[in-house]
Amino acid sequence: MADISLSRAVRWDTVVGALLIVVLLFSFGFVDGFGNALNLSFLIGNTLPIALIALPMTLLVVSGEIDLSVASTAGLSGAVMGALWNQGMAIETIIPICLLLGVVCGLVNGLLVTKLGLPSLAVTIGTLAAYRGIAQIVLGSDAVTDFPAQYLDFASGRIGDTFIPYAFLPFLVLLAIAVVALHATPFGRSLFAIGASEEAARFAGIRVKRQKLILFTLTGLMASLTGIFWALHYASARYDNATGLELSVVAAVLLGGIDFDGGKGTLGGAIAGVFLLGALQNVMSLQDVSAQSQIVVTGVLLVLSVLGPRVARQIAVVRAQSSG
Amino acid sequence: MTHPSTTGPAPVLALRDVSKSFGAVRALRDVSLELFPGEVHALAGENGAGKSTLIKTLAGVHRPDTGQVLLDGAPVAFHGPGDARDAGIAVIYQEPTLFPDLSIAENIYMGRRPRRALGRIDHKATHNATAALMERLGVELDPDRPARGLSIADQQIVEIAKALSFDARVLIMDEPTAALTGSEVARLFGVVRTLREQGAAVLFISHRLEEIFEICQRVTTLRDGAWIASEPLDGMTEDDLVRRMVGRDLDELYPKQEVEPGEVALSVRRLTREGVFTDVSFEVRHGEIVGLAGLVGAGRTEVARAIFGIDRWDAGEVSVRGRALVNGAPSTAMSAGLALVPEDRRAQGLVMDMSIERNIGLTGLRTTVKAGLMDRGAERSRSLDWAVRLQVKYARIADTVNTLSGGNQQKVVLAKWLATGPRVLIVDEPTRGIDVGTKAEVHRLLSQLAADGVAVLMISSDLPEILGMADRVLVMHEGRLTAEIPRSDATEETVMAAATGRAAA
Repeated sequence: MADISLSRAVRWDTVVGALLIVVLLFSFGFVDGFGNALNLSFLIGNTLPIALIALPMTLLVVSGEIDLSVASTAGLSGAVMGALWNQGMAIETIIPICLLLGVVCGLVNGLLVTKLGLPSLAVTIGTLAAYRGIAQIVLGSDAVTDFPAQYLDFASGRIGDTFIPYAFLPFLVLLAIAVVALHATPFGRSLFAIGASEEAARFAGIRVKRQKLILFTLTGLMASLTGIFWALHYASARYDNATGLELSVVAAVLLGGIDFDGGKGTLGGAIAGVFLLGALQNVMSLQDVSAQSQIVVTGVLLVLSVLGPRVARQIAVVRAQSSG
Repeated sequence: MTHPSTTGPAPVLALRDVSKSFGAVRALRDVSLELFPGEVHALAGENGAGKSTLIKTLAGVHRPDTGQVLLDGAPVAFHGPGDARDAGIAVIYQEPTLFPDLSIAENIYMGRRPRRALGRIDHKATHNATAALMERLGVELDPDRPARGLSIADQQIVEIAKALSFDARVLIMDEPTAALTGSEVARLFGVVRTLREQGAAVLFISHRLEEIFEICQRVTTLRDGAWIASEPLDGMTEDDLVRRMVGRDLDELYPKQEVEPGEVALSVRRLTREGVFTDVSFEVRHGEIVGLAGLVGAGRTEVARAIFGIDRWDAGEVSVRGRALVNGAPSTAMSAGLALVPEDRRAQGLVMDMSIERNIGLTGLRTTVKAGLMDRGAERSRSLDWAVRLQVKYARIADTVNTLSGGNQQKVVLAKWLATGPRVLIVDEPTRGIDVGTKAEVHRLLSQLAADGVAVLMISSDLPEILGMADRVLVMHEGRLTAEIPRSDATEETVMAAATGRAAA
């Protein structure tokens, strides 16, 4: 019985990682147009928004919370970016303002959760609607497309003829930071404790509310960074950018073995989950599966990803009992 | 096992040569037990002796690997708790789980309430049936009162009534008194005696030996999964029973060392949390063990929580070695040298899904750090060091703490806090629900800590423990400190008088 939770976590990570490799190999072999460098760079570029938000979302879910307003924060950042650009402000000024806005959005979520003790699921469903509403007020139905060329090139281009988008490199840096933060620092360690038992964490002197506030703020920051990237990557700032992205992020993170009840999972698993979802979406697009059907697949994956680890755990329990 | 053949009735429930293993762990080895109608039978043994497995076997949760369960002399195979319940076997747990928003009557008749025409629920019949059960138990509880807010003692009564409503003939009571106050225990024992007189067989589990001698007629002792003895309690002493349980003579249960108190280590001045406790002032000196006694609900735990910073206080001040603590900030209390071993080890003391290593490591997140990163090596050696020093029994340090017995879990909590090198240690019910051997170890540890100059504040509902270990006894009653009694004057009478609000001695 002793190592069920541990072995389950390891096993599920491995399952998702293996699944990702299988899907990639299968697609290389059997899906027309998948294996060329250009398509792969599209795959990575289109998956980056999910991946960027998945970093803080993983930490948040490990600590037992969730933020569903991330896509709206991203949309709001894009909208503000477009509106300020229309006003003629320099992009070098706009970007820090948008990031600051993301910090504020995250801080609002965090304060509502930690100061008022509200459940994050409810709070962020509320701000999901509110932030998107503000985005529409700010930009209306405009689409801003004329951002400076070097920014657009950076967000959508790739390194030479390789499959690596430029933007993938800074992502790798952020990924490394997040892995270290979650798995190798006292901060990360405290998040696992908070997620597994908030009360016990408090009795161990861990500053639970402060850690959560930091996480929500970081999530807001990363969501706005994603919003900026989104607008530049697709060369379009609209109020409804990234709508529904939170569903993909949560699905991917849970698929990667992060326990929805908190306290369990690895960032490696979460990122494997993200790129598994990204690869499936890419393959479906190549096969002309409609966007609506893709959402259905995401939804089914979300259910399976919550179910999968539980079934694995049940199997482990049964096996442990019958091995006696 | 032998039982006087002169006894008329056959055993209502019996185990014959039952063995049960979980993986490599042999939880029960050839254990036999006979429960007769009209007896209260004690099940004694240290944590990990196999008591829980035995109970679960009787209750149909586990099936024996070998051996038989006999009901009225005939072998039976329970396929689940439902089978055992239908056979008239009921288990009353330490902490019952009632539906808080349903009434007492609804809890008892949940899912099988009397019906009237057209399938409508007959509230009146439910009420009357419940009232009849309460009368049979000799207890006054309003059947229509919601379960929310009932004391644990009352909740147990409801569980017992529920068992009677199933016509239970065998009641298994798993540490029912662990969370009860003295008067609640007395009432529970009244109920148990009534049931016995009505012909029920009761299997009673408690770590409090004096309770076993008070309420039980016979005792079966288990040690390391093996049956040791089944015998009448008449003529046995507590020492006899302890020897059966631990297999050797136990060193003194309260090994208190005389220590000359030093400087004031913990000073609490006029501490108040509105509606919870009022104007609490006391000091604890280095080398002292100060007992904090009182009835459950007197505010002792709440004072400890406020001192450590879990809850905020409304007025007053707390200082550790002359340094004022910040209101509501456990982390600053820790860095001032304060440690709190909380009351509820499963919810507050430990992260149950985390390993022994990481649980102990949780208090070292600021010290086992190198260049901002966790120093895994330092964390492991710190955890191993303290687990070994406290003689925690575990297979691997990476095992989760929920695989440990209660006594070993408590040792992990102690290890976690001693690893911080506290100068002031608050322990809240440090030996609740742990076996007598581990209890003696914990007492020896506290005594040694005090001898090393640690100031110890010990909250306990176990009066002999307070009297045996404390240099001074503080007593709380309804949120106020009502007495401070030096060791020489502390007796059950003086402490209980202050705890119940009668004129302090």
